[in-house]
Amino acid sequence: MSTRQFGRPIKRNEDPRLLTGRALFTDDVQLAGMLHVAFLRSDLAHARIRSIDVEGASRSPGVVAVYTAADLGEFWQPGPLLVPPPPVEKLAFHERTQVPLAKDKVRHAGEAVAMVVAESRYIAEDALDDIFVDYEPLDAVTGLEAALREDAPLVHEDLGHNVSARVTQTKGSWTQAESEADLVVRRRFLYDRGTAAALENRGIVASWDEKSQRLTIWDTTQAPIAIRNGLAAMLGLSEHQVRVIAPFIGGGFGPKIMMFYPEEVLLAWAALQLGRPLKWIEDREENFYATTQERGQVHDAAIALKSDGTILGVKDQFLHDAGAYAPYGLTLPISSQCTLLGPYVVPSYHSEFSSVFTNKPIVTPYRGAGRQHGVFVMERLLDIAAKELDIDLVEIRRRNFIPPDRFPYSNEIIFQDFTPLVYDSGNYEPALERALELISYREFIGTEQPRREEAGERVGIAVVNYIEGTGIGPYEGAKVTVEASGKVTVATGVGTQGQGHYTSFAQVVAEQIGVEVSDVHVVTGDTDLFYWGAGTFASRGAVVAGNAMHAAAAKVRAKILKLAGEKLEAAAEDLELLEGRVQVKGVPQTSISLGRLAAEANPMRGSVQPGTEPGLEATEYFGPERGATASGVHAMILKVDPETFLLEIEKYVVVHDCGTVINPLILDGQIQGGVAQGIGNAFYEQLHFDDNGALLNASLMDYLLPTASDVPNILSDHFVTPSPLNPLGVKGAGEAGAIPVGALFAQALDNAFRDIGLEVREIPLSPNRLFELVSEIPARETA
Amino acid sequence: MKPAAFEYSAPSTLDEALSLLGDYGGDAKLLAGGQSLVPTMNFRLAQPAALIDLNGIDDLFFIREDGSGLRCGAMTRQRSVERSALVQRVAPLLHEAMPHIAHSQIRNRGTIGGSLAHADPAAELPALAVALDARMYVRSVTDARWVAARDFYVGLFTTAMLPEEMLVEVAFPTLPPGSGWGFDEVARQHGNYALCGAAAVVCLDSGGAVENARLVFLSVGEGPVEAKRAAELLVGERPTQTAIRAAADTAAMHDIDPVGDIHAGPAFRRHLSRVIAERVLSKAIKKATEAGRH
Repeated sequence: MSTRQFGRPIKRNEDPRLLTGRALFTDDVQLAGMLHVAFLRSDLAHARIRSIDVEGASRSPGVVAVYTAADLGEFWQPGPLLVPPPPVEKLAFHERTQVPLAKDKVRHAGEAVAMVVAESRYIAEDALDDIFVDYEPLDAVTGLEAALREDAPLVHEDLGHNVSARVTQTKGSWTQAESEADLVVRRRFLYDRGTAAALENRGIVASWDEKSQRLTIWDTTQAPIAIRNGLAAMLGLSEHQVRVIAPFIGGGFGPKIMMFYPEEVLLAWAALQLGRPLKWIEDREENFYATTQERGQVHDAAIALKSDGTILGVKDQFLHDAGAYAPYGLTLPISSQCTLLGPYVVPSYHSEFSSVFTNKPIVTPYRGAGRQHGVFVMERLLDIAAKELDIDLVEIRRRNFIPPDRFPYSNEIIFQDFTPLVYDSGNYEPALERALELISYREFIGTEQPRREEAGERVGIAVVNYIEGTGIGPYEGAKVTVEASGKVTVATGVGTQGQGHYTSFAQVVAEQIGVEVSDVHVVTGDTDLFYWGAGTFASRGAVVAGNAMHAAAAKVRAKILKLAGEKLEAAAEDLELLEGRVQVKGVPQTSISLGRLAAEANPMRGSVQPGTEPGLEATEYFGPERGATASGVHAMILKVDPETFLLEIEKYVVVHDCGTVINPLILDGQIQGGVAQGIGNAFYEQLHFDDNGALLNASLMDYLLPTASDVPNILSDHFVTPSPLNPLGVKGAGEAGAIPVGALFAQALDNAFRDIGLEVREIPLSPNRLFELVSEIPARETA
Repeated sequence: MKPAAFEYSAPSTLDEALSLLGDYGGDAKLLAGGQSLVPTMNFRLAQPAALIDLNGIDDLFFIREDGSGLRCGAMTRQRSVERSALVQRVAPLLHEAMPHIAHSQIRNRGTIGGSLAHADPAAELPALAVALDARMYVRSVTDARWVAARDFYVGLFTTAMLPEEMLVEVAFPTLPPGSGWGFDEVARQHGNYALCGAAAVVCLDSGGAVENARLVFLSVGEGPVEAKRAAELLVGERPTQTAIRAAADTAAMHDIDPVGDIHAGPAFRRHLSRVIAERVLSKAIKKATEAGRH
């Protein structure tokens, strides 16, 4: 019997290297003659640049070059629009993308104005103090509604307004739903900004080799291939002259697939200008301004229901904060729009949004990528409706689930990948039941909560559902090679930022080739080793690259069987692959090692059959027809200190369905990490901008990240509804943990304070905010 | 986040350090544990011309007992204070409060004198010093003087020391018999700056009435804030729950005037001050009552 590698909870191949400090990160790259870069960033969120004086800085000892926008000449170009608008009717879209260095005006605090290249980072930072920018301060626009006022300051004056896009998508008739409803609930919901705060900030090393005429870039990017292609085009080089290496990266979470960051294009350009290698490592303070952020939205939403809780329709009008530039087009608000519908039958839906420019850092996807908002709005609406209709809030969900026999289920609107929003598969009720069982829902509500409340405690319970569109196209590829050592190499174009790709991808390949997972060497993120691909985003690595690997490995398997059959004089179907050998089934003495077979497949003398491809190697590509829809349930028991409003999560349950599971251990890690980020988003992390667009907490002293003591152990379980859209049946899981946590906190707090009628309609929260919300309640009643 | 250039010296005696401090005339900073100073320099919010590193001055590292109480050299690491059996015996309030200060990694390096002299309004040690009626021994090349903790703190990050002066030692008097103490704080996460905290010392007379009380807040003003009206309200009273609650209310409503920041508005700070005041006064009185029975 061959050992199954797929589906085993094995430990990660990459961990020994990572845990003993032997993995290469961008800042580890040290090159002879390397120079260091620092950027002068605007303190003002909105100002015209009258002049920039770099004289003093240029003359400082150790400073090699100082560049402003004026020095870039033709190279100064706004970045590309990464995602064009999807084919939605009557959509308005105004493209404005980031620039390498601010030219006439700055549009957000932290926007780069000048670049200093010096012998050390210390000297470079000293020189920043010697650059004088004459700014004419302009009023800043920070609020979403304020941005739409007639007299609002304009982020992009030539546009004449601050609207980045307007989109309306509908299904059925909201008007009809409203007229037939027994209850219509209308509320306003707020979601504010946070930052991904990856452990490793961004970093770039760029080196131009005059003799080989090649540019090598080490970059903390999630999309090395796209970076190579873009830089080559911008610099007038052939793609073969540019090598982009995304080495080990300490967390991506989405902001590291922003393209192109000003620093990326500037370091590449300056390396060619100066002929010396350059390094820029973003510091933590810069990361708060210069790396993209997410989550500012305001929703005015309504839900129409029958008295038994049946949903008739949802109407949602929302504003999305794009920040100063919108290189990602409509990806985020469309994702909010589509995710809102959740696992429920919603016969009519009217959703319209305006994406608006503000004088705040750029917004691009960050783990969850717009989905949090949709889930928050829908789950909150259901919670409030359940209360009004006096239906248990678990029951109202159950009554509205899409039944398992209705898949594939079409929601009739367009998703962020430009395809119709069709859920491939799912089965929601058993997952909900399992979550209720794990959190001891009935027991808590029935006995534990009343007993503890009697003793003066405040404890709440919550259960929320969500779906997640994952694994979108366009495609990824993989090349699988059996080497003469008998070990297997698999190369792919996606980058890796801690997801466990070195193990999960190896499992996919090992399953086909019959080797140990530790004998499969995964190569990711080096454009010289795999040419084609899109990148790591949207919970798509396992789905898209994973299936490409599966296909390539299957092809190599066929080659192995064919060649071994010839060598062992046996039919392919009589052979088995086992522990690095091919043998005639049940006859271990008649076997050949994969290494030997690989050597035979690459003969050095003699002749081969015409048409023979050398080696045990294959390259395959996979592009799904559309994204796979994962789903899940989170449940929590939350204790609130009624005096200090500090929280303690007593129990946290995740029941998740991401189709077939490649490695349950890695999956649990992904979920755990996502929940940690979700907890941060819900109760600790918030970017506080003042009315001038200045960020008040740009340090980890004041921007609170959840720590090990704030994040509970998570009890998780998995249901498997395989995706019919790919051969492995997998769905993505990278973002699942983070998505519903805001909705979960809101419900748990409402439950803990149900005696006074708390209704949380915003995220993030804090002890201070909770105190305010609770304090407001009696005031309202007496008013 | 690289500091601007600075000169650096590492004297091995106190006299040498004081002489350097005098020579720089206010342009130098003393480097103790560096847990606040170095980040401030990395943000370039502080750009001292010189750092005088005190870590090589062995005479500044000590914890000892004398006839009147506990004495700590300014460079004594916070972790040493936390783990000292002597501190636990002679200044138990200090001992109990130490784990609230930041994280253990920071206490390993941070010093008692560094924190006292930095005068961060959110720091625990200045409030503890005032609550314990500590005295600070301050020296310059030409002068040496003792300053009471309550006179030492004069404003935001500001002490009564002159630019050429240095805090070299702090003395905590032994609490009188019949005393009890309490410390508590509310931080959004353990180890973070407290939204509000307080230390209380209460002494009961032989009849069980409050003879003396001190309640000192941190994180609600420009430095440690002594709740004098609350204390006055308690003195002479029997420490009932009602009396404690009244004192806590007075403290929160009349003794402090907190400003808001991104973590807590003024109203929430007042609310927390009341909660914390009640908690620490209750603890102190419980301990004092127990002490009186022995």
